[in-house]
Amino acid sequence: MEKKQKKILFALIAAAVLIAAVPFLALRGAEFGGSDDAGSKMAEQIHGEYEPWFTPVLESLTGGEIPGEIESLLFCVQTGIGVGITAFFMGRLYERRKLGKDDEEL
Amino acid sequence: MTQNQKKLIAAAAVFSIAWGICPAANAMHIMEGYLPAGYCIAWGVLSLPFLVAGFMRIKKTLDENRRALTLLAMSGAFIFVISSLKIPSVTGSCSHMTGTGLGAILFGPCTVSILGLIVLIFQAILLAHGGLTSLGANTFSMAIAGPFISYGIYMLCRKCKLSRLATVFLAASAGDLFTYCVTSVQLALSYPSEAGGISASVLKFLGVFAPTQLPLAVVEGLLTTAIVLCLESYAKPELKSVGYLKEV
Repeated sequence: MEKKQKKILFALIAAAVLIAAVPFLALRGAEFGGSDDAGSKMAEQIHGEYEPWFTPVLESLTGGEIPGEIESLLFCVQTGIGVGITAFFMGRLYERRKLGKDDEEL
Repeated sequence: MTQNQKKLIAAAAVFSIAWGICPAANAMHIMEGYLPAGYCIAWGVLSLPFLVAGFMRIKKTLDENRRALTLLAMSGAFIFVISSLKIPSVTGSCSHMTGTGLGAILFGPCTVSILGLIVLIFQAILLAHGGLTSLGANTFSMAIAGPFISYGIYMLCRKCKLSRLATVFLAASAGDLFTYCVTSVQLALSYPSEAGGISASVLKFLGVFAPTQLPLAVVEGLLTTAIVLCLESYAKPELKSVGYLKEV
């Protein structure tokens, strides 16, 4: 990767982190609930009380809402799968370049 | 594409259109149980032809070109990562991005519909996020409508000779934003407001989603550009093989 590209990459990631971090730091005391939930509330507001006619599979299996900790665990699993695959291939690509075997198939 | 495959897509399309016309069936992720059953089925059926086409496109790509597998896996993984990150936004609520832009740019929108579907099923079953009943609607907004806009913008910008990175940025952000617009329309169709009907309802839902999603769309654009930048430096042969970079 050339120097200029490295700089761009760094700037992109820094900008992304900033955009995410600023509202969190600036809006003290905000709830930061999910906007999906906000959507559901809006639906209720428009439509009156609404009883969801189907409960999520896992919630009906365990008989209640998924505990917050478990939910964050499962979200982490999702991120982990994604990052794992991406990093694995990125590493192989990087090594391929290093070994000067650019034209070989992975 | 073989004759049989073409027939299958055509059949799915006809089936879907027939459903669309049928008036009997009077949400990024719409919550489980929040869409009336008719709409759930209708959106699912509408997504079907895209999924069938996507499945065949993936099969064809992989048969012809094993190199594409790496990029395909990374596009899917990218959606996994990006759509699992809940990011705080200026409105004081969190939302997450779609990550479908990368796949749409590299492989075209149909292929992404399958990748998106996998993620949505994962989230619906394990995370109670989105839902099995609203799977059709969510697939349509996140894995079909968004990628199509991304792809369209990408093609348009390429025609206008915009720089490659700027193009990627615009395509990914637009796809993300459009996904939420479609969700708003989907919710509004099921929940028309009493005063102004569907259009008033669309505005209300957009009011909830759009301000939250706007900064996130920018983040998504930045991250997609970042990964494309990495790929451009290390995966040139693969990018050429899927037609993203011109053969030299």
